Amino acid sequence: MEIDLSVKNCVKSFGSFLAVDDVTFDVPQGSFFSILGPSGCGKTTLLRMVAGFEEPTSGTIMIRGRDMRGVLPNRRPANLVFQHLALFPMMTVAENIAFGLRRRKVAAPERKRRTEDILERVGLPGYGGKRVDQLSGGQKQRVAIARCLVLEPLVLLLDEPLGALDLKLREQMKVELKKLQAKVGTTFVYITHDQSEALVMSDVVAVMNKGRFEQMGSPQDLYHAPETPFVARFVGENNVWAGRVEKVGEVVAIKTDEGFVFSAKSQSPLTVGDRADLFLRPEAMRIEPREPAGLNTFSVSVRAILFDGAASRLLTATDSGHELMVALPQNRRFDHIAPGQTITVGWHPESGVCFPAVNPAAAADAGGARP
Amino acid sequence: MIRTLPNSRAYTWSFHVFVILYFVFLFAPLLVTCVLAFNDSNFPSLPWNGGTLDWFFSPGPQRVGIFHDAQNLRSILVSFQTAVIVSVLCVVVGTCAAFAFEQETFPFKNLLYFLMLAPLVIPGVILGISQLLGATTAGMFFETHFDLDIAIFRPSFWLVVLGQFSFITTFVALVVSARLRKFDRSLEEAALNLGATRFQVIRFITLRFLRPAIIGAGAVAFLMSFENFNTTLFLVGSQPTLPINLYLQVRDGSTPVINAISFLLIVGTSCLALVNLYFSRKEA
Amino acid sequence: MKTSRLSLWIFLSPVLMWLVLLIVLPHLDLFIMSFRAKDEYGRMGFSLQNYVHFFEEPIYWLTFVRTAVYSVITTFFTFLLAMPVAFYIVKVVRPKYKGFLMVLLLLPFWVSELVRVYGWMILLRESGVVNFFLLKLGIVDAPLKMLYTDATMIMGLVYTSMLFMVVPVISVLESLDDSLIEAASDLGGSKISIWREIILPHCKPGITSGAIVVFMLSLGNYLTPNLMGGKNSLWFTEQIYNQFIASFNWNQGAAFGFLLLLLSSGIIWAGLKLSRVKLGEVAS
Repeated sequence: MEIDLSVKNCVKSFGSFLAVDDVTFDVPQGSFFSILGPSGCGKTTLLRMVAGFEEPTSGTIMIRGRDMRGVLPNRRPANLVFQHLALFPMMTVAENIAFGLRRRKVAAPERKRRTEDILERVGLPGYGGKRVDQLSGGQKQRVAIARCLVLEPLVLLLDEPLGALDLKLREQMKVELKKLQAKVGTTFVYITHDQSEALVMSDVVAVMNKGRFEQMGSPQDLYHAPETPFVARFVGENNVWAGRVEKVGEVVAIKTDEGFVFSAKSQSPLTVGDRADLFLRPEAMRIEPREPAGLNTFSVSVRAILFDGAASRLLTATDSGHELMVALPQNRRFDHIAPGQTITVGWHPESGVCFPAVNPAAAADAGGARP
Repeated sequence: MIRTLPNSRAYTWSFHVFVILYFVFLFAPLLVTCVLAFNDSNFPSLPWNGGTLDWFFSPGPQRVGIFHDAQNLRSILVSFQTAVIVSVLCVVVGTCAAFAFEQETFPFKNLLYFLMLAPLVIPGVILGISQLLGATTAGMFFETHFDLDIAIFRPSFWLVVLGQFSFITTFVALVVSARLRKFDRSLEEAALNLGATRFQVIRFITLRFLRPAIIGAGAVAFLMSFENFNTTLFLVGSQPTLPINLYLQVRDGSTPVINAISFLLIVGTSCLALVNLYFSRKEA
Repeated sequence: MKTSRLSLWIFLSPVLMWLVLLIVLPHLDLFIMSFRAKDEYGRMGFSLQNYVHFFEEPIYWLTFVRTAVYSVITTFFTFLLAMPVAFYIVKVVRPKYKGFLMVLLLLPFWVSELVRVYGWMILLRESGVVNFFLLKLGIVDAPLKMLYTDATMIMGLVYTSMLFMVVPVISVLESLDDSLIEAASDLGGSKISIWREIILPHCKPGITSGAIVVFMLSLGNYLTPNLMGGKNSLWFTEQIYNQFIASFNWNQGAAFGFLLLLLSSGIIWAGLKLSRVKLGEVAS
């Protein structure tokens, strides 16, 4: 498989501040690659370096094997869809799309044909004559993408283009963008701070924090096997226990500060007596498990039912007041649960992940950035 | 191209140099004027003969400094009086206009608004001559019908005030309107709801909100009046304002006293400008 | 909001007095006066003589055309100079210097026009500062005649009206999102095409309002052409001044004034029509 975008040991510093710190990755042709991270993690700087608006302090950026150092943005085979789209308000939709073609001195009939063709492909046939301010948010989105795609770039860069849309439209555009990418087959590099956007659309997601890549992998990998506490906190929702390691091996045993002893798997080497954090997804916890053998079980009291359709959860607390989120499947089996009751929950050791404890400030950073 | 795009060194530096030259162009005449006010020479020109304060303080008879120059001092006083009266009048009427056009509805509002903007596009010279003609016609009217000789209808101090007032009010009205447009009218409604009368509301709520804009507009009005030349030229009587007086001297030859006056004007207006700027920054 | 009639009248009556007595009536008077002249028996009556006179005397209408053409040239040069300066301040220079440069840019324009013109006079005249340095450095043997030429006069007019172009252009440039320029560059745009297709179209309203104000100010300027231009009254406002003050022929002067008013409103109207900007937008 051919590699469209290859970034090697890329560093960008502004004075003494390291915005991008030794980042390396390859994006294969035709894939949807996302960079996910909280604001200020350096993802925008990284994208702007690929687009050519910034030069890396060191390291190389290659597009289809060609070194991009010193190549101006208007000469790169990569186009950027801006965060606020940056459609030219003084031009019609067709003029916006034809802007790049005109710069390449494409003849008028050819220009017209390609403009109409790309409008057709993004599902806006006949919209060429409209003014930009006559379009809805989703339509503007598609024009901004069409304006880049018409130039047939090797790599399309997208800078949180869904950020300005309202929730409903954003959900819809996620699916549409994914379908569009599959249809045109162009390599997409997408940056966002919204984990759901990254998980839904991407083939590969890189989680970025403080200028570095924490983990790179498929959405499933990130979700089920986070390699760092940051990823565990940032991707999806997690319950956290602080505790001390009691036994190491294939499965570690951890004694939480409130006295439970759980067995779980470990992502990094731990030694007995270490402080450690245990992460557990709400949906990993089974309410009233029928076969409790081999599970970590304990009882909690229900504080509130947070009904949200398929994403409904129970807000529960242990005896010592530690709050935990427990997924509440909507299969009517648990309709009898009411606030105040005490229930038993159990989880499989495979679903809990342990990491050596991090200092509280770093933990707060990651927690605060979660949308 | 712009600071967020990679630019060639040559591009950025030629831009820097261009702007530096522009600022030299902007400040050269002012700096030269100021410097030559202190030159120990009978003409405002180089070579530099050493510094002196004669053009400010010398009592005569060879060199008469500005502080002993009765004619120039009188014109400064006239300009000052004119500017004070004009700025007060303009602020009062301009604020009324802002309220009328922003908050009230009345017939022919658009026509009147257009009329209010008209002084912006009427050259000052024409404002001057039409004020002169209008005042003369009014004076003749009173003389033939009522046998009254009213002094302010002849070129005089008060005609200058009226002439300057006629167009500076527009600027005040625009500045105050702009601020009034940002005013949240629900505050007024809340005050009315709490039992205040319309005029209490204006006094305690709206005018207080407008105060920075009114002070700023007053300062600008003062300066516009103090420095006005084109309109005043046709209306001035036996009491010339400072710009008129300076013009007559500049036209007939120059002495460093003019530089001394210019120096004082530059320093004075710069201070006023900086204070005004400081307040408008604070407001924003 | 429902308001009382009383407040309306309190606000509106001073405004009405101002607009009717000081704007409408004087200009009506100007209009009427321009159509009155003495017939062969020395009686005043309706006549087109003042306008006929204007077209019969080449010196009058040539001056009129010259004033209009030079004002257009002035406006164009002001734009050429203001555009890069505004662009530099808004888009090129580092943001931390922006406020300082803005203050520096505005400061000279608070100083009286007379002082600024005077500064240019002592810089440029034959015994002036520029000639002093040119002679001293041996670049020229005899002083250059720089003052009292058309080019200098236009430079003076550009200098005087600079601010009114720079400020509106800066404010429209502020509203131009940097990402539009970045997007255009990313899509392959060169500097020239970005200027032509993105920046200039975006700035059109600001350029229009700047151009209108600059044009009007140049057309109605008296000081700069009088003090920096040639000595033979070749600016139309000087002709008006001569009719009013020197020849005391007010009717002829009124006709000239009315023609100038017609020209300036005509060009402003055309400018607004062409660029589809409203007068109210120009004012704000």
